[in-house]
Amino acid sequence: MKIVVAVKQVPERDAVVRVAADGRGVDASDVSWTMNEPDAYALEEALQLKERAGSGEVVVLCAGPERVQSTLREALAKGADRAVHVVTPEEGEGSLGERDSLDVARLLAEAVRAESADLVLTGLQSDDLGAGQTGVVMAELLGVPHATLVLQVELLGSGSGAGGNSGIRVKRELEDGWMQHVEMPLPALLTVQSGGNRLRYATLMGIKKARQKEMREVEAAAAGKRVDEVVKVSPPTRVKRTEMLTGTAESIAAVLIERLRFEVKVL
Amino acid sequence: MSRDVLVVMQTSGAGWHRMSFEALAAGQKLAAEVGGTCSAAVVGEAGAIAPLAKELAGKKLATVWAVGDALLAQYTADGWVMALQQLVAEAKPGFVVFPHTYEVRDYAPALATRMGEVLIGDVTGFSVPEGGRPVFVRQWMQGKLNAEYQHAGGGVCFVSVQAGSFRADAVEDGAGEVKAFAPKMDAGGIRTKPGEAFREAAQTVDLSAAPVIVSVGRGIGEQENLEVVKELAEALGAELAASRPICDAGWLPMERQVGSSGQTVAPKLYLAVGISGAIQHLVGMKGAKTVIAINKDVDAPIFEVADIGVVGDLFEVVPALTKAIRAQKAG
Ligand SMILES: Cc1cc2nc3c(=O)[nH]c(=O)nc-3n(C[C@H](O)[C@H](O)[C@H](O)COP(=O)(O)OP(=O)(O)OC[C@H]3O[C@@H](n4cnc5c(N)ncnc54)[C@H](O)[C@@H]3O)c2cc1C
Ligand SMILES: Nc1ncnc2c1ncn2[C@@H]1O[C@H](COP(=O)(O)O)[C@@H](O)[C@H]1O
Repeated sequence: MKIVVAVKQVPERDAVVRVAADGRGVDASDVSWTMNEPDAYALEEALQLKERAGSGEVVVLCAGPERVQSTLREALAKGADRAVHVVTPEEGEGSLGERDSLDVARLLAEAVRAESADLVLTGLQSDDLGAGQTGVVMAELLGVPHATLVLQVELLGSGSGAGGNSGIRVKRELEDGWMQHVEMPLPALLTVQSGGNRLRYATLMGIKKARQKEMREVEAAAAGKRVDEVVKVSPPTRVKRTEMLTGTAESIAAVLIERLRFEVKVL
Repeated sequence: MSRDVLVVMQTSGAGWHRMSFEALAAGQKLAAEVGGTCSAAVVGEAGAIAPLAKELAGKKLATVWAVGDALLAQYTADGWVMALQQLVAEAKPGFVVFPHTYEVRDYAPALATRMGEVLIGDVTGFSVPEGGRPVFVRQWMQGKLNAEYQHAGGGVCFVSVQAGSFRADAVEDGAGEVKAFAPKMDAGGIRTKPGEAFREAAQTVDLSAAPVIVSVGRGIGEQENLEVVKELAEALGAELAASRPICDAGWLPMERQVGSSGQTVAPKLYLAVGISGAIQHLVGMKGAKTVIAINKDVDAPIFEVADIGVVGDLFEVVPALTKAIRAQKAG
């Protein structure tokens, strides 16, 4: 069982984000980076699948500039076996910012093809672009079936990989707290939703071992022509008039008590 | 390039998914602004969708496409992509509009890819510059930034619209001609086997009826810190709810989650503590009469929907508020 997990490096959640000078992207100069949250769950699911099967390989894959290697290292420290880094320039021509979802998915699909994986996992959505489609696009490019919003994966049959496996059964999330099982043959691609497992932490031992693990760099293909173009990025303008309170905690509490008593009428 | 708009409606059980008419409103508006016609499609087993198509015939639409086949009785991504690719080839729209539902997330990107296109997903609004291509707005960084997208090239432009961004009651009535469309379906091309929808355990907490809710988000930092908001909820006589990450981590049970994959609530008061206000959370609580948000980040999107916004550290504000409420109640 060979599993490829696509992990994306995204700005920390509390990062202060500014619009880039050209008005078409995010100014990344002061940003600290982290692993996209659903991708961490995808990695966890892959590691548990391998552990349950008793054999196999988990390969983590990321497209981006040099800095993304810290995220790949983190995945290796948590237990992934090796990493593939599709190297793109930090900015300008060929950088992630200049590519649309189809183009990024092409880069990733190309790398997956070279691995001939049984299963490909991605997160369901990235925290920065929020496109929510790279995984589904990859499945289409790879010509494999897919399921989205997946919480759990179960191997059907012997579970020993391509030949010995009759397929998988996944539990996926529907809206309003509903769930559904879906079965499909392998190879397949799944986009993973957060919360299906508890995330593990990297141990000191894991971090030490990660330094010895393989990190293969492949050069990204030239960018294709964008199908969609980002023409402008800006902070949203407030539509609703919110009464904003600042001051000491006590003075805020006093104002809130007034509102709760006389306007909201819950006190 | 065609200026016509095709809206793909989504069914749910024997009726409509609630977001379908929001997408239809967006489609009619887009068609009016680019100077094209608007049509709509409903996909399913032919007999099951007939009454739905008939209902659509009462809307201002050029054509109502009833896309029917036995293999479309239950949703599969492969089935939908197969059928809709043929419909798009037949109807030749310039724009295809979807509601941004979980189902659309599952197949629309594949449909777009098959046609060499990219879905412009989760759109919150659009404008059409004089004589130019529409500019679609979508959110980046979980709502901290707005990004404007334009479709390039001569192909079909695929767009999905965010929940609550267009008003279903803005759909214009009129008359549309129903056309049955029978796509050529190949059972072998449907690779997944979907099961029936189910709900995990019976819910023991019904937040939908709670008049006062205190809801906690990742700003709380650690599980032990939950005590601070529990005390506030207790003082207020409120139910405790949470954003997804709190339930994902197992700090509170899933049934206390508010949002698109959790419960939908409409209390008199929703007090959001350390919640950023991602759209998937907002759809679950927008019906609240009054929203009070406590967040240390003045730019947090939750303040967009809050009536009262407190910019501050929850670890200072919440205990002070709890104390004041207790004092007030003690008379
Ligand atoms: C398909 C899909 C379905 C989803 N379904 C749901 C759902 O049903 N419900 C849901 O909630 N989410 C859902 N999500 C996740 C959603 O997109 C967000 O990731 C999530 O709501 C964020 O939770 P949060 O606001 O608690 O955390 P964050 O976004 O991390 O926000 C934490 C906030 O706390 C503030 N903060 C930090 N420290 C302090 C402090 N000391 N004092 C005051 N404020 C502080 C920060 O400024 C920040 O705004 C879904 C996502 C997807 C893609
Ligand atoms: N540059 C990238 N490198 C690795 N994985 C990525 C990259 N971009 C997107 N992904 C994967 O695709 C998922 C969905 O991203 P998106 O379509 O941007 O919302 C992410 O959760 C990742 O698993």
